[in-house]
Amino acid sequence: MSRLNMVEGLNLALDQAMAQDDRVLVMGEDVARTGGVFRVTAGLLDKYGDERVIDTPLSEAGIVGTAIGMAVYGLLPVVEIQFDTFVYPAFEQIVVHAARYAWRTRGEVPASIVIRIPFGGGVRAPELHSDSPEALFVHVPGLKVVCPTTPVLARDLLLAAIAHPDPVIFMEPKRVYRAGRQEVPEKAPLALPEANGEATLLLSSARVARLGEDLVMFSYGSTVALCCEAAERLQEERGVSARVVDLVSLYPLDVESITRAASECGRALVVHEAPRTAGLGAEVSSVIHERVMLDLEAPVGRVTGFDVPFPQFANEDDYIPSTERIVAGALKVLDF
Amino acid sequence: MVKEPLRIIGDGLEQHDSPPPEELTEKDLVALYRSLVILRTFDERAVSLQRQGRLGTYAMYWGEEATHAGPLYACNDTDWLFPTYRQNSIGVLRGVKAATILAWWRGYGGELGFYQVREHRVAPICVPIATHLPHAVGLSWAAKKQGDGICALTWLGDGATSEGDFHEAMNFASVFKTPTVLFCVNNQWAISTHVSRQTATATLVEKRAAYGMPGLRVDGFDVLACWKATKDALERARAGAGPTFIEAICYRIGPHGTADDPRLYRDEAESESYRALEPLGRYRGYLQRLGALDDDQAKDLHDEAKELIAAAVVEMEALDFPGVEILFDYVYASERPVSLTEGLDELRSIERRPEVKPLGPQPVASTGDADAPPGDH
Repeated sequence: MSRLNMVEGLNLALDQAMAQDDRVLVMGEDVARTGGVFRVTAGLLDKYGDERVIDTPLSEAGIVGTAIGMAVYGLLPVVEIQFDTFVYPAFEQIVVHAARYAWRTRGEVPASIVIRIPFGGGVRAPELHSDSPEALFVHVPGLKVVCPTTPVLARDLLLAAIAHPDPVIFMEPKRVYRAGRQEVPEKAPLALPEANGEATLLLSSARVARLGEDLVMFSYGSTVALCCEAAERLQEERGVSARVVDLVSLYPLDVESITRAASECGRALVVHEAPRTAGLGAEVSSVIHERVMLDLEAPVGRVTGFDVPFPQFANEDDYIPSTERIVAGALKVLDF
Repeated sequence: MVKEPLRIIGDGLEQHDSPPPEELTEKDLVALYRSLVILRTFDERAVSLQRQGRLGTYAMYWGEEATHAGPLYACNDTDWLFPTYRQNSIGVLRGVKAATILAWWRGYGGELGFYQVREHRVAPICVPIATHLPHAVGLSWAAKKQGDGICALTWLGDGATSEGDFHEAMNFASVFKTPTVLFCVNNQWAISTHVSRQTATATLVEKRAAYGMPGLRVDGFDVLACWKATKDALERARAGAGPTFIEAICYRIGPHGTADDPRLYRDEAESESYRALEPLGRYRGYLQRLGALDDDQAKDLHDEAKELIAAAVVEMEALDFPGVEILFDYVYASERPVSLTEGLDELRSIERRPEVKPLGPQPVASTGDADAPPGDH
C-alpha cells in the first residue's frame, strides 16, 4: 500500500495489466521515451520494451485505427490521446468502427481498446487543451464512457476498462492528476483475463462522495471536489446537508443509484464543466424526472460550463463551475 | 514518364501474351478462372435481384473481378482480408455464405447479414472510405509482433487516396514495416468524380514514395498481373520487408451502384470501350490460347457458380424477417445497458409495423428528373 496521486494510480494500473497479460500494450504520442506528457506511462518502456510501449506518429486516426486492427487480432491496446481536443481527428474511427465492431461481427469481435483522454480545464493550458468532449462519446451506442475522480478509482477503473470487452472511453480529469494522494492498495481489484463481469460492475457504478440528505449534487471528474466544497459551505452557512454523488460511469448511467439518491434527498443538482446543452446534466435530469418526479420538491437544477468555446485560460475560472456558482445553483433548488 | 503497368495477359491486339508466372500450375490457372466466374455470377445476380426489389441498393463491381480474385489467390489462407463494399463478395471465396452477404444487401443485420470474421479472416465489409486501412495495418502489425507470419491484404479505390486515413495508414505501415498489402483499384471514378479531381499527381502509385514504401502499377483487368504483384508483395512482407502499395488500373464499367446513373456525368461511349477489356473473357481467351481450359470445363465452372448463387438466393429468401431484438443484439459485448433493455421492452409493447421490404426497382433517371421538385412534370 502506498500513497499515490492519480497519475501514479493510472501508472500502477497499466503496470499491473501489462504484467498480468502480455496482450496489453500502450500506444500514443510521446508515451514511451518521455512516459507521456503527463507521465502516466513513465517507466513502462524500460519494463516492457518498445514492442509493447509504442511511440507513434502524430496521427490520432492512425493510432486509434491501428489499435482497432490490433484488437481484431486479439491484442488489448491502451491508447493515449495526448489532450482532449486531439481526439477529434480520431472521431470517425471511434464512432464508425470502435463503437460498432461488436455489432458488425455479431458479437464475435468487439474492439477491445481503451482510449485514455486527459480532459478539462483548470491547469492554465494553451488554447484547445481544455475541452470536455465526454458527451460526444456518451451519445455513441457501443461505447462505454467512464471518468475516475480519485487515485484508487483511477487504478481500479483503468484495470477494469482494460479487462472489459467493449471499447472504453476513459476520461481523465487532468486537474485532478496531481491534486492529492490517497492510499492505493497494491492488490488489483481484478485479474486479467477478466473473471465474470467484475469489470462491468466496476465500470457502471456511481459512488457517494459525501453523505447528506437535503439535496444531492451529481457530478464527475474535477467538479466532484468542487461540489464537496460547496456542500461544506452549505452546511456552514445554511445548515443544509448536501450529498454528493460521483457518477463515475457516464455511459451507461447508474440509473438506480441516481434515482435512489434523488428520491431520498428530494432535491437535485447536476454539475459539470462541459457545455450545458445536451450535456450529461440534461440526461441525468431527464432520468430523474421520468422516474421519480413525484419524490421531488423542486425541478432538477444544473450548474455547468457555458455553450461557448473553452476560453483562453485568463478566463477559465469564469467558465469552470466555481463553488460560488454551485452554492448559488444549490440555493435555487433549495429555495424553489 | 509513367511506366507501363505490369501485364501478363495480352489483349489479342497490340499486347502480346506473356507466359503465366511459373509458380502457378495449370490447376491454379483454372482455379483463378473459377474465382472470377463466382464473383461475376454473384454480381450479375445481385444486380438483377435489386432490379426486382429483392435487395436494397447494391454496389456492383462488374469488370473489376481480377482485382479481387488475383490478390486473394496470392494470399495464404491465414492472411486477413479487409474489403470495401466494392469487394463485398470476396468472403464467398473464403467460405462465407453468399446468402449472408446477399442478406446484408437486403438490409439484414445480426447473424443474418454479418459473417464471422475470425473464422474466415475477412474483416467486415467497410462502407466508409479508407477507414479500414489503419485496421489492416494494425492487424498485420499485431501479427508481426506475435511472429505469426500472417499478412493483411486490403483494398481501396482511387477516391480513398484523398482521405486522411489513407495517408495515416500508409505512414504507420511504413514506419513500423507492417506486413500489409494496400491494393488500390483505380477504376477512375468515385461516383461522378474523375480521378483527375482526386489528385494532381500523374499516378496514384507515386504517393507511396512519400512514405518510403515500394509499389507498382498493374493492369487491373489482368488477373495474373494482379496475382503476381500481390504475391511478390506478400513475400516481401513475410520476409520482414514491410508494406507494398499496388495501383491496379482499370475502369468502373458499371455505375457506382444501382442508384447511380453515369449518363449524368460521363460519356458512356468511353465506358463501353473498356468492356472489351473485361477480365473474365480476356482471361478465358488467354487460357484457351494456352490450351489450359476447354469449353466443357468452362461450362462446368459457370454452371457450378450459377448453382451456388441460386442456392444462396433461395437460402437468403428463406431467412425469417429479422425481429426487433436484432436492434439491440451485440451493440455491447457485455451485458445490455438498461437503456437498451428499456428500448426493447418499448418496442415489444406496441404492435409492429408490416415488414420493411427493400425499395422497389430504382427508376433509372436519364436527365436528373429525380431531383426535380414534385409537380414539375
